[in-house]
Amino acid sequence: MISLNMLSLSLILFSISAAVFLLRRNMFIMLMALELGLNSAGMAAAHFALTNSQTEPVIWALLFFAIAAAEAAIGLALLIMISRKFSTLNSDEIKELKG
Amino acid sequence: MTVFQSYPLYSIILAPLAGFVILFLFSSRLREKAAAAYLACLTSFVSFVFSIFAFLEIAGGKGGKILLQDLFTWFSILGFDIKFSLIMDNLSALMAVIVSGVSFLIHIYSLGYMGKDKDRTRFFSYLNLFVFFMLVLVLASNPLFMFVGWEGVGLCSYLLIGFWYENIENAAAGKKAFITNRIGDAFFIVGLLILASFAASKGGSLEFLWMKENIPSIAAGDTAVLSALSLAAVLMFLGATGKSAQFPLYVWLPDAMAGPTPVSALIHAATMVTAGIYMVSRMFFLYQLSPLAMEIILYTASFTSILAAIIACLQSDIKKILAYSTISQLGYMFLGAGSGIYQAAMFHLVTHAFFKALLFLAAGSVIHALGGVQDIFKMGGLRDKIKYTFLLTAAGWLAICGLPPFSGFYSKDFIIETVWMSGHKWVWAISVFTAALTAYYMTRMFKIAFFGKTGEAAAHAHESPVSMLWPMTALAFLSAFSGLFSANFFSFLSLESVHEHIPFMIAKAPLIAALLGLAAGFYLTREKISSYWENKLPLLRKIIAGKFYLDEIYEFMVLKPLDFFSQKIVFSLIDRKVIDSFMVEGPALFFNGFGNIARKAQNGDLSFYALVLVLTAALAAAYAIRAVL
Repeated sequence: MISLNMLSLSLILFSISAAVFLLRRNMFIMLMALELGLNSAGMAAAHFALTNSQTEPVIWALLFFAIAAAEAAIGLALLIMISRKFSTLNSDEIKELKG
Repeated sequence: MTVFQSYPLYSIILAPLAGFVILFLFSSRLREKAAAAYLACLTSFVSFVFSIFAFLEIAGGKGGKILLQDLFTWFSILGFDIKFSLIMDNLSALMAVIVSGVSFLIHIYSLGYMGKDKDRTRFFSYLNLFVFFMLVLVLASNPLFMFVGWEGVGLCSYLLIGFWYENIENAAAGKKAFITNRIGDAFFIVGLLILASFAASKGGSLEFLWMKENIPSIAAGDTAVLSALSLAAVLMFLGATGKSAQFPLYVWLPDAMAGPTPVSALIHAATMVTAGIYMVSRMFFLYQLSPLAMEIILYTASFTSILAAIIACLQSDIKKILAYSTISQLGYMFLGAGSGIYQAAMFHLVTHAFFKALLFLAAGSVIHALGGVQDIFKMGGLRDKIKYTFLLTAAGWLAICGLPPFSGFYSKDFIIETVWMSGHKWVWAISVFTAALTAYYMTRMFKIAFFGKTGEAAAHAHESPVSMLWPMTALAFLSAFSGLFSANFFSFLSLESVHEHIPFMIAKAPLIAALLGLAAGFYLTREKISSYWENKLPLLRKIIAGKFYLDEIYEFMVLKPLDFFSQKIVFSLIDRKVIDSFMVEGPALFFNGFGNIARKAQNGDLSFYALVLVLTAALAAAYAIRAVL
């Protein structure tokens, strides 16, 4: 039962993350939404580790942390550079790269 | 028949080649130097001397001595060797001496004629190259090697006709000569291939010696072989109609007069155009097997000789008259070969080489004297102005008219007799009539140019330099007296004396025809008579002056359709539409258009990308779930 709640929580978190990612225009918030999405995936992995008594999903969850950390580091650095160059983090105002 | 392998025949062809290479490589350095011209004369003299040595070697030996020298094997297919080797038997010895001798004289003449031309180094280098290729043609021991020389002289002819290429007409004349010759050459190659496949299938070789010895015995009685060889012979004769300017491919020769006059004398009168006759004489063992080929030669030659003679009667350009006369005389030579005695053709070839080279050189001297005028109606009264040229021309004129004891009398007379003996009475009648026409148009040219009132261009005529006069003198002696040696000539070419009883009137007919033509030439060009005839028979005059519109017919039947096909179908449709528009530009246009549509997706809006990303992920997830369920 607990584990099913964990999966539901994961789904809710992922939905929130996707909704925020799609609806907000502040790129900092969008990055945070991505972090949330990754963590929801980690939670789903933890759920499967518990229900199936396997260790592999745990490894996956650990990998997600590593990816999230790396992503946060690079993403924040990029955001700093973008905010310095454009003086804004609103994604609607940054449209230099188009075909 | 003994074959000697060790005689250094290459010495004959090497000197002109060396001359060409030196002049060609150092042409810019030698441009202003007179030494270039002297070098060219020297090399042609060297090959003349070596030809004489080789000739004496053969003439001295009793019972048919043949000199043969293998240079190297060109290529070899399954044991069928094509060699570069030189052969000198009586026929090629004679031809080599004539070619190198006349070449040498004309080189000397060119010293004077081309002396002031700014490009004379180039001229002499081409001339030397021509001598080299012509001697290769003469001395080649197989028809394929001969073909190398055959093409080489065609190349030199092209280069020299278009020598003054600044004038676009000269360049066009060169191209016309080259392309017309290519048509003949295509036939020649096919004939050669038939011959080669025949020789290969019999385990033989393409060497003249092998073929001469074995083909008659192999072919005897075998109808299939005979008809194949007959076809080869006819095709090779068609090749000769290109090179030797016979109907229907003669049209290039009158235009070839655009080249410098020494070139017209050497290439387009004395040597290159006789290559076809030489080839037929060389391959005579083949032609003897094929009555069909002989008939074709006879009738083509007969038609050509009279056609060209008729056209020559109304020409006014001195070189054009001589060009048509050359075509007509080449027809005579083929008449001799076609009626079965190639020695008659060769004899006329030799005497014609002398007197026609002389006439061309004399024409060159006249043109030189008048500063480039070629219209005989602007000359007139040159007799006193340039006396020496006048006398030399007279020798050539009498020789071509065929009056004894000049050489043309003996050779032409013998050919006409040969035709009579072969039994073609109508061809004989035409050849006699052509003899009269020949005498007429030559006399007309001679009289209009040298007699009468002084023409508008003739007032300041001056005699040519000595370097031009003495080669002409040498040729004048040869054309006057070489006919007297006919007996030696025919025994050298191993012709048993043909003594058939010929009725007196038939035997004398050519001479009578010549005298009549001569008289007509003097009579009809009198002022009263010619002005009376001026307006008579306008249609006939127009047709003859228009050269029977053969050029126009070719233009209409060959050039126009070809032009249409190339321009409208191959160029406009296939190249421009199918290849350029569809196959080259088509893919480019396609990717360009597709890119124009696809680039809309890259709009730079991050949230749009995010939406696409999420939707794609959702679709992938839905697909995965559907696959699992």
